[in-house]
Amino acid sequence: MTLSPISLSSSYTTTISQPHHCSLFNTTTSTTATSLNLKFCSLKPEPFAFTSLRHRSHHNHPFRRTHFNAISSALSNNGTAPKSFDYDLLIIGAGVGGHGAALHAVEKGLKTAVVEGDVVGGTCVNRGCVPSKALLAVSGRMRELRNDHHLKSLGIQVSNAGYDRQAVADHANNLASKIRGNLTNSMKALGVDILTGFGTILGPQKVKIGSSNNIVTAKDIIIATGSVPFVPKGIEVDGKTVITSDHALKLETVPDWIAIVGSGYIGLEFSDVYTALGSEVTFVEALDQLMPGFDPEISKLAQRVLINPRNIDYHTGVFASKITPARVGKPVLIELIDAKTKEQKDTLEVDAALIATGRAPFTQGLGLENIDVTTQRGFVPVDERMRVIDANGSLVPHLYCIGDANGKMMLAHAASAQGISVVEQVTGRDHVLNHLSIPAACFTHPEISMVGLTEPQAREKGEKEGFDVSVAKTSFKANTKALAENEGEGLAKLIYRPDNGEILGVHIFGLHAADLIHEASNAIALGTRIQDIKFAVHAHPTLSEVLDELFKSAKVKAQASDQVKEPVAV
Amino acid sequence: MSQLLQTPFLSSTTVLRLKSTSLRRTTTNNLIVRAKIREIFMPALSSTMTEGKIVSWIKSEGDKLSKGDSVVVVESDKADMDVETFYDGILAAIVVEEGGVAAVGSPIAFLAENEEDIELAKSKALSSSSSSSSSSSTPAPAPAPAIPVESSQPKKAAENVVAAAVSVVSKHPASEGGKRVIASPYAKKLAKELKVELGQIVGTGPLGRIVAKDVEAFAATGGSSGSVVEAAAEPVKTVAELGSVVPFTTMQNAVSRNMVESLAVPTFRVGYTITTDALDALYKKIKSKGVTMTALLAKATALALAKHPVINSSCRDGKSFTYNSSINIAVAVAIDGGLITPVLQDADKVDVYSLSRKWKELVDKARAKQLQPNEYTTGTFTLSNLGMFGVDRFDAILPPGTGAIMAVGTSQPTVVATKDGRIGTKNQMQVNVTADHRVIYGSDLALFLQTLSQIIEDPKDLTF
Repeated sequence: MTLSPISLSSSYTTTISQPHHCSLFNTTTSTTATSLNLKFCSLKPEPFAFTSLRHRSHHNHPFRRTHFNAISSALSNNGTAPKSFDYDLLIIGAGVGGHGAALHAVEKGLKTAVVEGDVVGGTCVNRGCVPSKALLAVSGRMRELRNDHHLKSLGIQVSNAGYDRQAVADHANNLASKIRGNLTNSMKALGVDILTGFGTILGPQKVKIGSSNNIVTAKDIIIATGSVPFVPKGIEVDGKTVITSDHALKLETVPDWIAIVGSGYIGLEFSDVYTALGSEVTFVEALDQLMPGFDPEISKLAQRVLINPRNIDYHTGVFASKITPARVGKPVLIELIDAKTKEQKDTLEVDAALIATGRAPFTQGLGLENIDVTTQRGFVPVDERMRVIDANGSLVPHLYCIGDANGKMMLAHAASAQGISVVEQVTGRDHVLNHLSIPAACFTHPEISMVGLTEPQAREKGEKEGFDVSVAKTSFKANTKALAENEGEGLAKLIYRPDNGEILGVHIFGLHAADLIHEASNAIALGTRIQDIKFAVHAHPTLSEVLDELFKSAKVKAQASDQVKEPVAV
Repeated sequence: MSQLLQTPFLSSTTVLRLKSTSLRRTTTNNLIVRAKIREIFMPALSSTMTEGKIVSWIKSEGDKLSKGDSVVVVESDKADMDVETFYDGILAAIVVEEGGVAAVGSPIAFLAENEEDIELAKSKALSSSSSSSSSSSTPAPAPAPAIPVESSQPKKAAENVVAAAVSVVSKHPASEGGKRVIASPYAKKLAKELKVELGQIVGTGPLGRIVAKDVEAFAATGGSSGSVVEAAAEPVKTVAELGSVVPFTTMQNAVSRNMVESLAVPTFRVGYTITTDALDALYKKIKSKGVTMTALLAKATALALAKHPVINSSCRDGKSFTYNSSINIAVAVAIDGGLITPVLQDADKVDVYSLSRKWKELVDKARAKQLQPNEYTTGTFTLSNLGMFGVDRFDAILPPGTGAIMAVGTSQPTVVATKDGRIGTKNQMQVNVTADHRVIYGSDLALFLQTLSQIIEDPKDLTF
């Protein structure tokens, strides 16, 4: 997950600081741009009393006019733009981001097409989240069935749990095809045209499909071309013994000993799969500790549960400077150098190596040079509304970029949310996505999930902006449902402002953490404060009570607002 | 995660020391003597915690502590916790360094009440750490290390010795002529748990790497396989000068006595070939949970003995059967210059995971020469396994006081003809039981071995 800071162009900074615009967040009036813009969020007018107020403030807002003026003037200056268009909206890339945008566009009445040069579904469905969940479903069950202690304590007897590698691989592959089919059908059924071929931008509002001379015009264009596995130089991927997640998901082999380069989400999930299937794993991590992206306390606990008791060892603070695939009679060789001094440190000899060092944007051949856009490390530069910024720092009219290709937050559901946000904008309603309300999850056993800031980030922000930060924690050991499952290992952590009850971040490690996070992410998205949400009722006994406990254990000075005006009698 | 522990983890040091050191301060009444040096113990942070790891020392030696200060961060099986002191004083000496592991209740540091007592506390710390280090396999520990720097010297020497041995032992083709040790993550973990030096182990995994089973096999023999397999590595350990006469050690004397005594027992032998494919598969599946082959074999034997109590009996007076009430499997372990038989008690009743843990504990204790008599004299049936060296069959001598001993050979792929006239390969191992014919007869042994082979060939009962 990369959460790159979004830079605001100077013309907007003044409006941000107007307190009523972000009334839900009741921010201190500091305008230190980079972090504040993330909170600059407009919300769907849902069940809140102050919605109308917010709406009005929007309409009266001077900035809104400037926004559209800017674009129309840009348009009129551009003589080459066609007058009538084949489509209202053209989306390049039919991954989860493009799909989400297309569906929402149809709902908004736009004539929509998606361009896909590979397969519908993109990375997530074909080479990412979806097939990996199939493998993780298997690994979770294998863990349960082989955990005699755990089964015995539940009174269950199982003998000789085993697995058939090919059948497991087929399950992952079948799941991917099924979801791909669902995605394709859902778009076709709604009347979204799927244009096959790589899309190349020829000029404003003009895209060439594939190598033919099929040129399509559209009023607005969204780039949603996603990413590919990032392979650092010096590493030779042969697809058999040195592999990326693309190959690993096919599960063609289960090596005795596999090195995983990178201990982020992808590496961690694969370590869960491989160790459950009987492999031994060696992590190679460039930073000084494993799981660097997570809240430190969560990663410490996760390491105790997900790494230490398993057949995993690790090297931290080292780069894999050279990886050579196995040749006849020779193992995979991994040369490690110190991440700081660059000195040669060690050489690993393993059966396979999985490169999980992150993902690189897939933006080559998009024709960005035709519209004077320069990528940054391959990423398409965008503003907080996903509008593409050209080499001179000005906005490219009618062109947006969502998902991994812009690198703001490389998660499938973030791409989809960004796509929906763009559709909202092109259909006349301003919308800025609050990225701090987007949850993330790692589907190990047990799972890890998070939303918002980590504790160090929150403390840094608090220091800078002058507010106190408090932390509340609850353990899964205190949860009835978790104990019934004999899965008491886990922690939920809430980072909040004790003065006004704002939720800054929630981190969960434990059974079904990925499903539990949404109560917190929704609260952040809707601006619900702890003093209010703690009165919400949770069914008993459920894992959701972990969050209930968490909210109740927070000590907030602010009083609850009167949410229900009229009591409802039963 | 700071947490004030409600249980006191500091206690005054021994009464013995009170007498010797504190007298100068107390004038009249010994009963009001106050301890001036306190041990800081590894606290029990949870009900299941047996040992803890020192994550970091918050205070360093020489720091003044006041009651309530966090002194050390301890990692238990569940969490990291700051541990606070309940006493004022000076942190005089740290016994267990960061990253070190200590059993609950063992001292991890010494707290002196005032500056005068620091030296005393330091010397206590030294004696405590040297007594714990003498349990390691350091060849010739300096008799009384005066300062810590010196005491680390023999360890260095030991490392050099090990490194020298590695160059001979390791057969890994890509390990730069044996300069590096290639071991899988689980093998490394096991080696640490079993306190085995990886450099002494010959790897049998892919391309000669050390895998978990190599470590287990090595540990099961008490860490002597290196010396047996590679004679060249042996001399560095205990060099016997050629042409000299070396008297028996106490243990070797005991072995000699028992061997002569065994001649008074009329023994006979029955062998059996057992197919181990299913056992091997089971072992592969559960070895990640720390189950060892030794524990599996002991468990299988114990289950078979439960059905044939006579094999578990013995003849004490030449006139009667003594039927033993429990099934205690003794397993022969070679240790430096000798042989000992740690006992897995009630092996038929204890589950295989606990047996494995118990076995590790016994082997550690045996190597540290800390076995209590009831941990090596109470066997009712003995196992001797030389299979890890590739021995396919051998003959064991019956230890006096027991009825039978089983010699276990290696399990190896064997070409077998099946009943339907086909030829296939199966993993087979040969076992050979030596028994006292005064109480155990040929047919008894035959039936026992038949049961044992059924259990091993269908091992699902072993894990429950």
